[in-house]
Amino acid sequence: MAHESTYKPNSDVEKFLDDRLPLPRMASDFLAMPTPRNLNYFYTFGGILTFCLLVQIMTGIVLAMHYKPSATEAFASVEHIMRNVNWGWLLRYTHAVGASMFFIAVYIHIARGLWYGSYKAPREILWILGVLIFLLMMATAFMGYALVWGQMSFWGITVITNLFSSLDALIPGLGTSIVQWIWGDFAVSDATLNRMFALHYLLPFAIAGTVGLHIWALHVTGSNNPQGVEPRKATDTLPFHPYFTVKDLFALAMFCLFFAYVVFQAPNYLGHADNYIEANPLSTPAHIVPEWYFLPFYAILRAVTFDFLFIPAKLGGVIAMFGSIAILFFIPWLDRSRVRSAKHRPIYKWFLVFLFISVCALGYLGAKPAEGIYVVLSQVFTFYYFAHFLIVMPFIGIIERPGELPRSITEAVLGGGGAPIGAAAAPEKR
Amino acid sequence: MLSKTSRRARPFWTTRTAVLTAAAVTGLAGVLATSPAHAAGESVVVPRQEWSFNGITGRFDKAQLQRGFQVYKEVCSSCHGLKFVYWRNLAEDGGPGLTEREVKALAAETAVQDGPNDEGEMFERPGLASDTIRSPYANEQEARLANGGAYPPDLSLITKARSVARPSLGFAPLNWVRDIFVGDESRGVDYTYKLLKGYPEEPPEGFKLGDGMYYNSVYPGNQIAMAAPLVDDIIEYAQSDVPTTVDQYAKDVSAFLAWTAEPKLEERKSLGLRVLLYLLVLSVLLYLAKRKLWSRVAGHD
Repeated sequence: MAHESTYKPNSDVEKFLDDRLPLPRMASDFLAMPTPRNLNYFYTFGGILTFCLLVQIMTGIVLAMHYKPSATEAFASVEHIMRNVNWGWLLRYTHAVGASMFFIAVYIHIARGLWYGSYKAPREILWILGVLIFLLMMATAFMGYALVWGQMSFWGITVITNLFSSLDALIPGLGTSIVQWIWGDFAVSDATLNRMFALHYLLPFAIAGTVGLHIWALHVTGSNNPQGVEPRKATDTLPFHPYFTVKDLFALAMFCLFFAYVVFQAPNYLGHADNYIEANPLSTPAHIVPEWYFLPFYAILRAVTFDFLFIPAKLGGVIAMFGSIAILFFIPWLDRSRVRSAKHRPIYKWFLVFLFISVCALGYLGAKPAEGIYVVLSQVFTFYYFAHFLIVMPFIGIIERPGELPRSITEAVLGGGGAPIGAAAAPEKR
Repeated sequence: MLSKTSRRARPFWTTRTAVLTAAAVTGLAGVLATSPAHAAGESVVVPRQEWSFNGITGRFDKAQLQRGFQVYKEVCSSCHGLKFVYWRNLAEDGGPGLTEREVKALAAETAVQDGPNDEGEMFERPGLASDTIRSPYANEQEARLANGGAYPPDLSLITKARSVARPSLGFAPLNWVRDIFVGDESRGVDYTYKLLKGYPEEPPEGFKLGDGMYYNSVYPGNQIAMAAPLVDDIIEYAQSDVPTTVDQYAKDVSAFLAWTAEPKLEERKSLGLRVLLYLLVLSVLLYLAKRKLWSRVAGHD
């Protein structure tokens, strides 16, 4: 813990524990953590994401009690859950919609980190752990979608696992061997489904562990904030509890309102009709489209339609897709500006807005057939995606003259030199 | 919350940023407005139809489900099964509301292969309420043989396994917001309804039909192996005030298939309303608690 511990064991039990396994101290210090007073609602998504993970794990464990990971029984067992298991429809819709909610929250969370420069020193490891969680989430979501064993599940796995066969262009046979190793067969089959299930059950606990590290790292560095300046004095922060617990809970309730609306009123809106058709290896759907949260990356994959040096287009697309996520790991060192928050970066902030627009546009293009103008636009936005991180981030940081930073968070909130306005003085005082 | 930030007068709205923003907005608008009606896998544009089960308080119309079941039983069931639907479901809450006696009698009209018995022989017995509503064909091969190579799909999930596109508002995000907030979950029902009505007297001039195929204005590719299944007055309804037209039959059977695909719809919507109300009250209370707590802190409301 970076901040001073304020915990005083009161009872004998607490003293006993404090000398052996100081869990009460940890809980107390978590609640007392000095948190920048100017955090806005974009900072509530960390708590919301923890909630999402818990919802997915709890509904998922019960679903696994009724689900059968077998190519002949999987689809029917999902329908069994929907029709015959008590509250099965609620569990399954919550789990399926919950995945989308998880991604909505994580995209907002990532965008917030980019906007306020939350990846900069000393929060590099915090950021890297976050990217790792994002990567694990994508793997988990992909395998979870496969378990439904509908047409889109089956053909989604087929398309994505087949990407590895592009490695044949480097060493003949390498890609094919990897793909067959992943499948456990010579085609997407029962064996593939079985391992997807095993991993889909395993990975959420890997996510939970990484989230633990992410939160630990957060408590070492403390939260960044919209001004991007570190807290300097006592009035810059408020104890996490009750100020941010109540704020996070309010935001969580609003989020749940939206979550529940989709679960109860439009549970299939974010899904695809084809996935209510049982997987059929002999019939390919007219369009194979991944879930919405993968669409930007799918668009990047398909944007590479040309050979580059010795790399054929297919392999190039795969490299671009994985590269688009891998690049996120290096952001702390790609951004050369010493100012964190885009709020104080008059030029960079517009580039960042354009990055957000590009990702949304790629998401839209990912759902379109790969033809004509869609391909050209995908290429333009893919180019910008990489240019943003590799060109804009390093160079704008050097040429840009940032705006004047507030001397402290208190000054930013209250104006002037930090003298409190009105009767309410120091926040801790009632 | 941060409106009180003392910002030095520094024009951030320069020509450069204005140009950038304009370019970004134009680019996005251009992308999102192109060919909006063609979302993946959906070809036909059908405006939202009226169904009793649409919307936040939607419920099935029991009489309609019963009529729809009658259409299914007298017409569709000669080729299509409902393998995920049990006879007993027809008597359950939120469905057509048949009595248990009726359901047992209906099930008993069917023959189900069971076994082996103590002599190791398979045998046929009358269906039970705990049996599913099976396809008339023993397997896919038999079904294809009887239907000129085409396979009549199981209909349990058909209204969730099909979709249509909605008329576009000209800008994709507007469509998404509209669809989410009207709770647009009857696309497949609209598809089934329009498909059953989509048989014109004659195919459009110059349209080349394959052997044994029929023209349908909704089916992808416009060629379907199923002949127009519904004809006016083909089924006699017990209720004399309900028209016996193709339109009414198509509507009723589509509603019935909406129920077979989503038998817990009523339970979901009624629970959903209570959950939303609960969360609304909780949100208001938490908001008030948050305001009260933060009122001690200077510079925040």
